[in-house]
Amino acid sequence: MRLPRAQRWLPVVAAVLAIGAIGSAFAIAAARAGEPAEIRIRYSAFAPATIRAQAGRPIEIVLHNDDPIDHEWIVGDAASHERHRNGTEQAHDARPTEITVPAGEVRRTTVTFEVPGTYTFICHLPGHEAYGMVGRLIVRP
Amino acid sequence: MRLGTALSLAVVALLVAAGPMAACGGLIGPNGAVNLLRTTTLAGYHDGVEHYVTAFQFAGGGGSFGSITPLPGIPTAVEKGGDWTLQRLVRETSPAPPFAAAVGQSRDAAEELLKVRIDALDLTVLRGGAAEIGQWAKEHGFRLPPDAPEVLEFYAGRSPIFLAAAFDGDAAAARGQQLGDGTPVHLTIPTDAPWVPLRILGLGKAAEERIEADVFLLTDQRPNVLPTPIGRNGLELAYSEAASQPLLDDLRSDRGMGWIPTSGWLTKIAIDASADQLTFDLAISADGGRPSRVDAGFELASTGAGTDQNLRGAIALLVVALGAALALSFVLGRPAAGPMRPV
Repeated sequence: MRLPRAQRWLPVVAAVLAIGAIGSAFAIAAARAGEPAEIRIRYSAFAPATIRAQAGRPIEIVLHNDDPIDHEWIVGDAASHERHRNGTEQAHDARPTEITVPAGEVRRTTVTFEVPGTYTFICHLPGHEAYGMVGRLIVRP
Repeated sequence: MRLGTALSLAVVALLVAAGPMAACGGLIGPNGAVNLLRTTTLAGYHDGVEHYVTAFQFAGGGGSFGSITPLPGIPTAVEKGGDWTLQRLVRETSPAPPFAAAVGQSRDAAEELLKVRIDALDLTVLRGGAAEIGQWAKEHGFRLPPDAPEVLEFYAGRSPIFLAAAFDGDAAAARGQQLGDGTPVHLTIPTDAPWVPLRILGLGKAAEERIEADVFLLTDQRPNVLPTPIGRNGLELAYSEAASQPLLDDLRSDRGMGWIPTSGWLTKIAIDASADQLTFDLAISADGGRPSRVDAGFELASTGAGTDQNLRGAIALLVVALGAALALSFVLGRPAAGPMRPV
């Protein structure tokens, strides 16, 4: 017997809704367990532009650069950013808070903030900060 | 009447000195350095061939710096342009030229289709997507500005052909080139869909920065263009008349300009826009038809991938709608809560 068209879609709909629900549940669980924070860079913008961490607990950050140009992810306080605005280093990879992400590549870093507060992460390549490559890392007590 | 080279260069130098040092097009200077100016452009279209003539002007500084220009097709020739073609066009359309108006103005490798050296300018015609062009620029010591990813993708989707111009400042100085000296470049591009890149003029600029440039069109008949120059969109129709015989004769006698037809229509479009206003290119229909919205950058070129994407989008929407309908029917189909009532 041939089912009416609407009924033939029902299994598909149910499967999609079920997969979505399971996926959401996993995502929430992962966030709770302190899984890596994923940041994508596209059109010279960070997404998401705000991430959260807990003081004293390491957080792994995965940076995906989807752009055809290099970018930086440098997190810190106002003084450290001021230093980078006038810096001359071509690339960063020695400190976990200062990462150069070449075009089309992925970089991982793990940082721990002992002091709660709001830190900014910025790409300090020429013109990128002014273009809006700025985000926030909120460290909760 | 043939104009003297010395005279025309003097005019250019004066215009540069008098005008704002802005209107740089598609710059990819290392560390964001901006020292190459692009001023006026001629896009002539005759017998299915676009002749793109533009001048790269030395604005001082040492080292190397450059610009990138998207093209509507693969050029069959890139050569030094006529010495005074652009100045002659300015004079024709501006009887008393206001100085400021004429200036101001997978990760595969990109394929190098053509390399030419003209004076202190190294020109390379490249084929590739945004990633490949970015990689090529990096390998050649250039750093693209932060808006480049979006702008390159805008162009690569419909014509992944670019002209990279690397200007050797030291060589220019050694050649005795002075501030404002122009190097005219003439590209011969067979295409059935001529267009002039405008959005690239805003590359590397802040949103509110002004872009001033002049685009001359020489076509067999009066062209239709998109967007229509209406002033408030940053484009103004400054001149639109049948090209005079003296003008055509003058242009034809300049270097490499033998293609100039015996009659034609001259259009001048003056650009005075903020960088964030120029989100389009200038599409041209030279045969009286409607200019292409794709060539103007208002629509994406329809590709197989795009069709697949649309199909996926439609299916996703359908699934969401069916899910909502299912949930609604479930809610409405439930027996009413509370005590049963007699029917």
